[in-house]
Amino acid sequence: MDFLRPACWEEALAAKAEHPTAVPIAGGTDVMVEINFDHRRPEYLLDLNRIGELCEWEVGEESVRLGASVPYTQIMEHLRAELPGLALASHTVASPQIRNRGGVGGNLGTASPAGDAHPALLAAGAEVEVASVRGSRLIPIDEFYTGVKRNALAADELIRAVHIKKADGPQQFSKVGTRNAMVIAVCAFGLALHPETRTVRTGIGSAAPTPVRAKAAEEFLNAALEEGGFWDSKEIITPSIAKQFAELASGGCSPIDDVRGTASYRRHAVGIMARRTLGWTWEAYRGNAHGTKGGAQCA
Amino acid sequence: MPQNTPVATAPAGTPTSISQGSRTKGGIGESTLRPDGTLKVTGEFAYSSDMWHEDMLWGHTLRSTVAHAEIKSIDVSEALATPGVYAVLTYDDLPTEVKNYGLEIQDTPVLAHGKVRHHGEPVALVAADHPETARRAAAKIKIEYVELPLITDEASATAPDAVLVHEGRADHHIGHVPHPNILHRQPIVRGNADEAAERADVIVKGDYTFGMQDQAFLGPESGLAVPSEDGGVELYVATQWLHSDLRQIAPVLGLPEEKVRMTLSGVGGAFGGREDLSMQIHACLLALRTGKPVKIVYNRFESFFGHVHRHPAKLHYEHGATRDGKLTHMKCRIVLDGGAYASASPAVVGNAASLSVGPYVLDDVDIEALALYSNNPPCGAMRGFGAVQACFAYEAQMDKLAAELDMDPVEFRQLNAMEQGTLMPTGQPVDSPAPVAELLRRVKARPLPPEQQWLAAGEEADVRALPGGLSNTTHGEGVVRGVGYAVGIKNVGFSEGFDDYSTARVRMEVVGGEPVVTVHTAMAEVGQGGVTVHAQIARTELGVAQVTIRPADTQVGSAGSTSASRQTYVTGGAVKHTCENVREKVLEIGRRRFGSYHPAWATAELRLEGGKVVTDGGEVLADLVDVLESEAVDLELEWRHRPTEAFDLVTGQGNGHVQYSFAAHRAVVEVDTELGLVKVIELAVAQDVGKALNPLSVVGQIQGGTTQGLGVAVMEEIIVDPKTAKVRNPSFTDYLIPTILDTPTIPVDVLELADDHAPYGLRGVGEAPTLSSTPAVLAAIRNATGLELNRTPVRPEHLTGT
Amino acid sequence: MRVNFTVNGRQQEADDVWEGESLLYVLRERMGLPGSKNACEQGECGSCTVRLDGVPVCSCLVAAGQVEGREVVTVEGLADFAKQRAEHGCATRACGTSLQDAQQWEAGPQHSQTGEGAELSPIQQAFIDAGAVQCGFCTPGLLVAADELLERNAEPSDADIREALSGNLCRCTGYEKILDAVRLAAARQEEAV
Repeated sequence: MDFLRPACWEEALAAKAEHPTAVPIAGGTDVMVEINFDHRRPEYLLDLNRIGELCEWEVGEESVRLGASVPYTQIMEHLRAELPGLALASHTVASPQIRNRGGVGGNLGTASPAGDAHPALLAAGAEVEVASVRGSRLIPIDEFYTGVKRNALAADELIRAVHIKKADGPQQFSKVGTRNAMVIAVCAFGLALHPETRTVRTGIGSAAPTPVRAKAAEEFLNAALEEGGFWDSKEIITPSIAKQFAELASGGCSPIDDVRGTASYRRHAVGIMARRTLGWTWEAYRGNAHGTKGGAQCA
Repeated sequence: MPQNTPVATAPAGTPTSISQGSRTKGGIGESTLRPDGTLKVTGEFAYSSDMWHEDMLWGHTLRSTVAHAEIKSIDVSEALATPGVYAVLTYDDLPTEVKNYGLEIQDTPVLAHGKVRHHGEPVALVAADHPETARRAAAKIKIEYVELPLITDEASATAPDAVLVHEGRADHHIGHVPHPNILHRQPIVRGNADEAAERADVIVKGDYTFGMQDQAFLGPESGLAVPSEDGGVELYVATQWLHSDLRQIAPVLGLPEEKVRMTLSGVGGAFGGREDLSMQIHACLLALRTGKPVKIVYNRFESFFGHVHRHPAKLHYEHGATRDGKLTHMKCRIVLDGGAYASASPAVVGNAASLSVGPYVLDDVDIEALALYSNNPPCGAMRGFGAVQACFAYEAQMDKLAAELDMDPVEFRQLNAMEQGTLMPTGQPVDSPAPVAELLRRVKARPLPPEQQWLAAGEEADVRALPGGLSNTTHGEGVVRGVGYAVGIKNVGFSEGFDDYSTARVRMEVVGGEPVVTVHTAMAEVGQGGVTVHAQIARTELGVAQVTIRPADTQVGSAGSTSASRQTYVTGGAVKHTCENVREKVLEIGRRRFGSYHPAWATAELRLEGGKVVTDGGEVLADLVDVLESEAVDLELEWRHRPTEAFDLVTGQGNGHVQYSFAAHRAVVEVDTELGLVKVIELAVAQDVGKALNPLSVVGQIQGGTTQGLGVAVMEEIIVDPKTAKVRNPSFTDYLIPTILDTPTIPVDVLELADDHAPYGLRGVGEAPTLSSTPAVLAAIRNATGLELNRTPVRPEHLTGT
Repeated sequence: MRVNFTVNGRQQEADDVWEGESLLYVLRERMGLPGSKNACEQGECGSCTVRLDGVPVCSCLVAAGQVEGREVVTVEGLADFAKQRAEHGCATRACGTSLQDAQQWEAGPQHSQTGEGAELSPIQQAFIDAGAVQCGFCTPGLLVAADELLERNAEPSDADIREALSGNLCRCTGYEKILDAVRLAAARQEEAV
């Protein structure tokens, strides 16, 4: 094993071009587990800790350019207003120690369906900025996840940042685990209201081979909200609409049975979370502050 | 129950009243602080995985990847040729004819011999200059397996064509078991359950399942073996019983016991998981083969294969009761899965059978408990030891009966509660206080925690106080509160005729002008605070402030196991007993030297207090410094509790136990009924401890045990794939234990009703709180959801019907 | 490979480090600082928690090569770290302590067999006094995490304490005495002000 320590981004890209099998390591919260448990012996480890700009973010007009290594703790503390869904999701990541090290780049690189950031990114709308010595490109989040723990990166590419649309309405994130803290998602659900475009976007975690959007549910809800004039009236969404939305979200899953939960539970739970997160965000949209303490102050 | 029961209550939440550093001295009954506390908070306390030696090698264990297979061949040549590798050992390299070990039955191969019987069984060992070198070399060992049919449950174990997990069994249980895949079976019959059933107005039956729990101690199996010049070996290790290890290690190494010198290193928790050997023999073999010190440290993955677990169990129960709420009879059948090797299974069977009735009066019972041999992971000791599984089932039955009779579940239990004098199903009378009804009364009398605490801080929901916690799954939606009660009975000490003794060496001398006492035992301090208590006993008995606790090793006689809630009772008893004899010796010296100066030397009851010899009237006769001068009094004595006897193999009758301990819990839970997530809001407990030698430690034991019971109620389970018998979740990612956000406040009510047979009247504390915690939580969840829930742990699937 | 970094204020160098080694392994096996514990090596227990440039992290998940040139505080240096903070307002570089100042703290000397006489940080003393230590294997990580909590938040609510310590597993105590210890340290801190 070789340990590559690029001092800047250009060096990192050059190293990745020269050694396409090199495994990038930033927070180490995935890679080191695999090394400690002898699940993986990469030829090269490519340390990204010395590249300062990966830990920086820029808040623009439309979106936030979030460096790949910005720790979840920073997102929770500093980007609650701009990225409420991702801030909520960040708060559910593992433990305080892990949130101090891990960042969205790691979630995207690993592309595990259980990664906590994915549903929030899908719901908010995002593009992944990747780069290589050949240049850089933006991959829409909907095209990023290509299979179980696979993503759209080429072998010589590294994740530089994520461009996430700034919230134009309430966002929520909810995750089921069998413990009250420090738990991997059995399944998760993210939901964002986009009043500017009068759309709702969603993200489902850990209930399909990749993170996915509940597209049928979104389409149904977008139509129902439009038809009912809800965006303008800010009326309470009728229970039948919420119910239908939840059922469609549930139907958007293609989960498996595993040691963390059954497929049928995951379908069920995604439906419940879809209904609840819709309720919370819609209440907030209606102007009834529906915040929470200890993890959810940003809806 | 007398009204003026002596009671010590846990120190309330006034933290500043704890005075800083002033309690490192003190006798029994005081909350003396741990003597190892400073080392533990500064990181200087040396645990077994912290051992380091110049020039040491790292040992690594290659384990089977399949559960049941014949080993056709093992090729270690490539591994051995790896640079940095010093030794590779397999079964063929074992130095003597003793190639197996075991606590009771020597059925466990040191390294697999021709066959593996469970997933993760040790097959080969490597010693190398770096752990990674050892791992890479181990990966080069080629093993050819031919898989065999699997025994995974009672049906497959006793099927007509079942393969035998152990062929040619010659152990002392084979004569009385109905099938060679049944390790041990203990029936208990008292009265006539069938006849009594006819008196019952209601009969309740239930089938219960208890999942496999892991001790999940935080300090992984580890140790260091250093070869010595005389051909022996020094072993620094974390264990629960040094002498039991020694007895099993030495014959395999072909060394006399005195050449295997064991020292207890820091132990990072145990809970039963260190009763059996893990890396001990392996490290010694590698050290003796290479002539170098060898360190072995399991990682968390390996730790799940490195120790036995709590037996998963299937339990069938039938209870009857009369309309006025009196139990008529009980029948039960408890099937424990012992896995591939015996470990402590036979004793667990004895406990499950003899404690299957619970703390209730029942004169007509028909009980059967048995343990299987299977290809599942070996199971053995864990805190609660057979009583836990039974308690889960009988307490569910009590609630069902109460519901059937339309009675309050606590009143129903109190109506049938055991008291001093009640006969156990084994016919043994309970001959010390059994305040079962009172413990229930106390937990029930506590005020309930306020509703909707997630809104306590304002209008916004605090998700940390809700089911799902930080995962933000509910802001109150679907949340229903439930309350549940349970009570349990656990035996204290080793039972069934085992010669359960302990040894203590106590020395008193004058050092630097002060009388000083040194206490030396082989007791394994695993965190419980035995070292604190030994010093307290010595201070109380010998009236000396300065007490040094020597590290535990095999240079002194056996202290027995740190198990079965027995150490304060038995090794504490041995320390007390030896101190009493030291005192007599000191007084003899005093009489010799000063007897002629004061008549009280001959006539009065004399005590040692404050470094002086005093009369019972308080008159000072002499300073210990003057009595002893340069003489030292040094005694090593054994002490045993009252003998017990074996259970009859047919009727189960016999005075098998020494002492019982009782605890009751009230659980208050909030369940997100839509998502099936549970938050335990409060787990109140009341326990009789006889005498709290160290109240702070007692409360710590009760809260810790309670939390382990909570864990197996809602999250903890080793999941074994029934198709492959392989463990699916050997990690802390998927084997979940409670975090601080899963653990509620645990108010503790400590009763002190002396057991006159025990030193200071004390009662073993450690295990009882682990029993009733689980069924109390289950009862509360049932109360919130109305579901039957016959299985633990409860998963969201069970609560949502998905 | 070779790795240089500062541990408890002292410059340290490790040679022949295997590239897959964690910071935890280097501390424990190469620098004689086994106080940080190896309970899970997968970031699920917090017993290896150290401050890395002031931030609490699981040292088992930091590759040794990643700490080159950085600063680590372990439980062995916690008492001096806390003392430094008390005297100068802040001990971490992140809060403005100079590197020079930082280099003055180092792991305490060997004390007597029982460790009596050692100078302890308030949180260490509180853990002993409240009975928060049983087997002690989780203790070092909890101390580092709790000390950092009290540095950020002098008067944490119970919920704050639980959240801050939710990454640290304890198997012995049921956490009640750990809560007591943190409350105690906070109360004493309050009294001292």
